[in-house]
Amino acid sequence: MIRSLILRAAVRILLPLLLLFSLFLLLRGHNEPGGGFVGGLVAAAGFALYALAHGAGTARRKLHIEPHTIIAAGLATAVASGCLALFVGLPFMTGLWYGEGLPVVGKVGTPFLFDAGVYLVVMGMALLIIFSLMEEE
Amino acid sequence: MLILVFSGFLAALIAPWIHRLIPRFSGWFLAAVPLALFCLFAVNVGSIAGGEISRASFPWAPSLGVALSLYLDGLSLLFSLLILGTGTLVLVYSSGYLKGHHHLGRFYSFILLFMSSMLGLVLADNMLTLFVFWELTSLSSYLLIGFEHGRSAARKGALQALLVTGTGGLALLVGLLLMGMVGGSMELSELLNQGELIRSHQLYLPILLLILAGAFTKSAQFPFHFWLPSAMEAPAPVSAYLHSATMVKAGIYLLARLSPIMGGTDAWFALLVSAGGVTMLAGAILSVLQKDLKLILAYATVSSLGMLTLLLGLHTDLGVQAAMVFLLVHALYKGTLFLVAGIVDHDTGTRNVDLLGGLYKGMPVIAAAAVMAALSMAGLPPLFGFVGKELLYEAQLQSPQVPLIIIGAGVTANILIVAAAAMLVIKPFFGPLQHKEQESHPPAVSLWLGPLLLAVLGLAFGMAPGAVARLIISPAVSAVRGEPVLTELALWHGVNPIFLLGVVTVLCGALVYMGRTLLHRGAIRWKMVGDWGPARWYDLSLDGMLRTADFQTRFLQSGYLRYYLMTVLAAAFMLVIYTLAGKAGITGVTAWPSAYFHEWVIAVMILMAAVVAATSDSRLATVAALGVVGYGVALIYILFGAPDLAMTQFSIETLSIILFVLVLYRLPRFSILSGKVARTRDILVALANGSVMTLLVLTATSEPVHSRISRFLAENALVQAHGLNVVNVILVDFRALDTLGEITVLAVASLGVYALLKGRSTGEKK
Repeated sequence: MIRSLILRAAVRILLPLLLLFSLFLLLRGHNEPGGGFVGGLVAAAGFALYALAHGAGTARRKLHIEPHTIIAAGLATAVASGCLALFVGLPFMTGLWYGEGLPVVGKVGTPFLFDAGVYLVVMGMALLIIFSLMEEE
Repeated sequence: MLILVFSGFLAALIAPWIHRLIPRFSGWFLAAVPLALFCLFAVNVGSIAGGEISRASFPWAPSLGVALSLYLDGLSLLFSLLILGTGTLVLVYSSGYLKGHHHLGRFYSFILLFMSSMLGLVLADNMLTLFVFWELTSLSSYLLIGFEHGRSAARKGALQALLVTGTGGLALLVGLLLMGMVGGSMELSELLNQGELIRSHQLYLPILLLILAGAFTKSAQFPFHFWLPSAMEAPAPVSAYLHSATMVKAGIYLLARLSPIMGGTDAWFALLVSAGGVTMLAGAILSVLQKDLKLILAYATVSSLGMLTLLLGLHTDLGVQAAMVFLLVHALYKGTLFLVAGIVDHDTGTRNVDLLGGLYKGMPVIAAAAVMAALSMAGLPPLFGFVGKELLYEAQLQSPQVPLIIIGAGVTANILIVAAAAMLVIKPFFGPLQHKEQESHPPAVSLWLGPLLLAVLGLAFGMAPGAVARLIISPAVSAVRGEPVLTELALWHGVNPIFLLGVVTVLCGALVYMGRTLLHRGAIRWKMVGDWGPARWYDLSLDGMLRTADFQTRFLQSGYLRYYLMTVLAAAFMLVIYTLAGKAGITGVTAWPSAYFHEWVIAVMILMAAVVAATSDSRLATVAALGVVGYGVALIYILFGAPDLAMTQFSIETLSIILFVLVLYRLPRFSILSGKVARTRDILVALANGSVMTLLVLTATSEPVHSRISRFLAENALVQAHGLNVVNVILVDFRALDTLGEITVLAVASLGVYALLKGRSTGEKK
């Protein structure tokens, strides 16, 4: 934990910004540079910064969900996105698309869901390691 | 038919739940499943006896030629009825036997799972379907033998059974695949017409040996018989069901099923008759040397399985008839006796024949059932066992080759079996009362219903063998022979040589029974030899395997990070060099690339940072220098049009610097620990890998890329995957399975890191 007023003040704005940015990266990934992997890393970086400013315990509380739960949820989302195709009688992991797309989010389909799973796994993984290392002391 | 098989699996799935709902009646309730199935199959008896064959097929993996095809003929019907009928009784029995056991729901589930697998096995037409069910029976048997998993003997027995039958199963799979290749079909019903072709093929002997390996391990033939007695650690209903009436007969079923295809050759006769004969004798001898009720039964079962194998090996009409009749006889009396042994154990707390006596007073019904079963086992009229034994002797006498040896072995084994039957019943039930506290209360209905019904059936079938022969045995025999064969059975054939042989058998058996104390004294000496039996070899090979694994692990897993790294790097180095030199050819620098000034700047910056990272004596400086290398690479990505990679690289670099700093925080002061030699070695490793990577990159880029893959991906990203970002489309759509694998690895790796960190801290606290 770094007792720096500047960092703490900055983090207050930076965390939501970084999280928003990570979501933005996730959403635009389909057509432009971005994607779940980098999005997850950015989100993790946001919380890592918060942890540096306020300590890992506070950051954990801020996160509300345990990092390993996030990993599990991410893996489950990714697998579920692949399984959806099975219900329609198509091979595992066939991409399914819904309609013409929504505003902001863009086209909705199972690949996006899969990317969201990647996002969660990457974020959870990075945070799990960072928090554990920080709490070592 | 498919639904019938799967309803059993469904019942297995919901059994624990039903048990929680109605714990008192769950056994009876669940027994309704096999009972209903039994009735549904029994309805077909008439039409099957008329020569009809019903089949059902469902495409499973059509691209591989695997279909979930089922096939009901006389043979499968006989087995199905056996499985379902005994299954019903065993479920009812278990509800009484394991009353109040806290895992009873799980037990029902396992036993229903086994029952459905076994049913699938005997109905399967496709050989791969058959194999899947075959393995399922091995697995469920493992679970059932190890049901009392708190006891190490149960675990050991379960593992032994699984390893022995599992190994045989693998051999069987290879054999079936080879046979499918030779015969041109995976359907047994189609292969039936290819018998001539398969028998004359040069692969016939390997196929036969592989399939026999599967059948012999499953049916506990010598020298694989040892797992069956160890499996007696299972609860009594399991022993009765799996290890006498059904599962061990799976091997017999397979032999019977394949005999029209594979049978009739000299190799078939020699292998089956010799293995069967040895098993029959060895099992019978070992049986009379035991004192534990269940072990006597187990070895007697081994002996009976040997008898069945021998009969099928004869490959005559009579042999098959005798096998089918004996199969039914054996299931009826052995099931009864196992269940009775369970009740006795339950009631008195011991299964040692020396400690038991006078039980008939406390449990007259059970005693009656036991007596009937034992008489059937000894082959006395008017029980079904008598019919079976007469047929058995007749078949052995009319063997196409060496009939005298075979009948000799058969009579000897039967004499011993008669003695074993006497040992099981006479003293425990009618001997002098051993202890007062053994005075037992009459067992519950659920307990005596099963054994009594089975024993009465043994009597009823003996009284009316004609009907049984017409309805059940004839169709089964015809299926095994591949042509209609009429089987006629009768209880009384008059006084003929075979009847006299039977009389001699019983008399000699009685003599052996009288002299059993002598035998047991000899048994102690025999133990020395027995210690070097197949079971010992099994133990030795298992130990050897564990020791090898131990040695190998110690050798490869030194525990030092530097050696791991070196192993990985050296392997990569060798493989890359080998491939480059052997296949691609090493190309040097063909032309210096023309690069802009700013690109050179970045390259030089990366180089300088790398030198700093390698030579600095401050950890922080090293981390920072590594960061510069990473950012430099990311810049190159940007310059060459890979923004996705660059973005990811930037984030990764940032996060890894945070991680590094967190770790550095905890390390002791920097100092040089390695000597000159080690440092030189490290430099060599680094140089070698660096240069090989350079070579690889140069070689890879020296030829213009004409990949159809990248063009396909670029062209189809928008059309098929509705995305403009090709990289991301590859990651989440075209190659999503790879990504799924990668994120799974990530998740597992992070759990590993977590466990290491947390494990260490709790370890320190202690």
